[in-house]
Amino acid sequence: MAGVSDAELRNMTQDERARALGMMTEQLTGKSLYVEFDPEAEERLAYPWAPDVDFNKRTEIDCDGKTTTEVNARIRELMAEGYGTIVLQNPRGKHSLGVGILSRLNLIIEGSTGYFAAGLIDGPNVHIRGRVGWSCGENMMAGTIVVDKNAGSTFGAAIRGGDLVCRGSVGSRTGIDMKGGTIIVGGDTGALSGFMMQRGRLVVCGNAGKNLGDSMYDGMIFVGGQIKSLGVDAVEAELTELDRKWLTRKLTQYGLMPEKGVDHFTKIVAGKQLWNYDNLEPTEKKLIL
Amino acid sequence: MCGIAGIIHKGKRANVGGEMTAMLQALKHRGPDSTGYAVYSEGSDPLDYVMRIKVAEEEDRRAGQGFHAMVAERVARVDRILDEHGAEVKSKEAPLEYALRYVVRHDGDTAAMAAHIEEDRGTEILSMGNRLELIKDLGDATTVASAYGLDRFQGTHGIGHTRMATESDVDIKSAHPYWAFPYNDISVVHNGQITNYWLMRREMERRGHRFMSNCDSELLAVYTAHNLANGMSLEESLRRSIEEIDGVFTYLVATRDQLGMAKDTMAAKPLVLYESDDLIAMASEEVAIRAILPQEIDTTDPYDEEVRVWQA
Repeated sequence: MAGVSDAELRNMTQDERARALGMMTEQLTGKSLYVEFDPEAEERLAYPWAPDVDFNKRTEIDCDGKTTTEVNARIRELMAEGYGTIVLQNPRGKHSLGVGILSRLNLIIEGSTGYFAAGLIDGPNVHIRGRVGWSCGENMMAGTIVVDKNAGSTFGAAIRGGDLVCRGSVGSRTGIDMKGGTIIVGGDTGALSGFMMQRGRLVVCGNAGKNLGDSMYDGMIFVGGQIKSLGVDAVEAELTELDRKWLTRKLTQYGLMPEKGVDHFTKIVAGKQLWNYDNLEPTEKKLIL
Repeated sequence: MCGIAGIIHKGKRANVGGEMTAMLQALKHRGPDSTGYAVYSEGSDPLDYVMRIKVAEEEDRRAGQGFHAMVAERVARVDRILDEHGAEVKSKEAPLEYALRYVVRHDGDTAAMAAHIEEDRGTEILSMGNRLELIKDLGDATTVASAYGLDRFQGTHGIGHTRMATESDVDIKSAHPYWAFPYNDISVVHNGQITNYWLMRREMERRGHRFMSNCDSELLAVYTAHNLANGMSLEESLRRSIEEIDGVFTYLVATRDQLGMAKDTMAAKPLVLYESDDLIAMASEEVAIRAILPQEIDTTDPYDEEVRVWQA
């Protein structure tokens, strides 16, 4: 892929572009789609059209009187002008602020947002100095989101990478369907957190609601407080030395390290009795459940 | 999807009509079909009742000829029945031709009078109470508020709803809030779907309650009224509903001096809550609370099976 220009990439089909960027896709006749990476290909971490921004170049957007679309479009214009630190003033609960940013940026939101804040991002560092509504950081690929106050339900639904942190408490179904990355909650989380999670780590410093980790395939959940109940196929596991080190590092990084350390955390993993990838007949499955 | 909102001032009155309008207008995107308000004044003489009725739907007007005569006939019928039951009409206003507001003085069985008025299927009492004023119509919050002169309404608390019709038609009888017929001053708004609606409705009908629409939310009003009439407190009724009502729901109930909320066992429908010493505001989305409290505030999401009740 070395030597392929941005202009050439723009004129390619999605399949050609994927191959030029080192991803070989193979459509199987079965259920799944294989995506392989070519180890020989040159590493390219940014999208080809990512603007070259300077973090020391700072500006503000006043969200009052603007629609979400206008604010998000303005963020892109400012990034194209090289601004690397953008502050959103007066968000007042607007939905979908800061979504779909696919390159490096410091985005600071001075207040509270509605649904889907900073969803679908791949790279920026987002700091929300207020509360977020439902589905904050949904489907994020990389980067960090730090929320200073509380968050709504489905916090970090289906995230694939990056760190998503809420210093307060969050609603229900936190980390539902997560496929990677880290979600850290400073307070409590509601029912069905980690529901159907496949990879990644969910850390809850406070209490967790009922059905924690229900139907999880894989991944890890760490809870510092009480767990109301575990979901189907979620089981307790031993906290390893590696887990302690990882928890200490992550919680210290975000200023959420408990005074008493991390030894009291309970670790929850998948019991793997409910996988669809096994050879059990439905009647045998019933015996297990 | 629908949007719900509620506000309650502790120990003081404020422009609840204007506040609810601002909140519901901010929720317009959750449901543009109809908007409804149930707002509560401080009340006056306990024998004075405010009665809000509608005698036609938009579809009747579209039907064409005879609409004005039909409306006039139905209103005359209501006047006759009030007179028969010994109710003194202190004032009578018609913000819209088919939607009227009566203030009546009545020292008798208001339930029997209400049942008599509703014997005509075209006439529906939207609300009756000493404090409650229930207004609902097609259109967004500002349209309904200005048509009914609601933006200056002074009171202690209120609930409201912006509706996206899913389970039943776009008309006034399927719009929220629902009055808990025939119990004075009780109203309900709901966001969700009730999956054992027909089962519960038949159960309530067997016990003698009436349903005016096929909207599942009406069940919550009837169910709440049934419980309160049987001596349950509002909090007990809300808690029991989580056990007995199936589906995904978040709903608000207002009585003459209380406002309560309940969230189902899955916590699948949103509610954001703001609490301070003298004001509690709640809505499906934060943006509605910000419409009346632009300064930075702390809000929370109630959890699954959570029930709360606040006193005015």
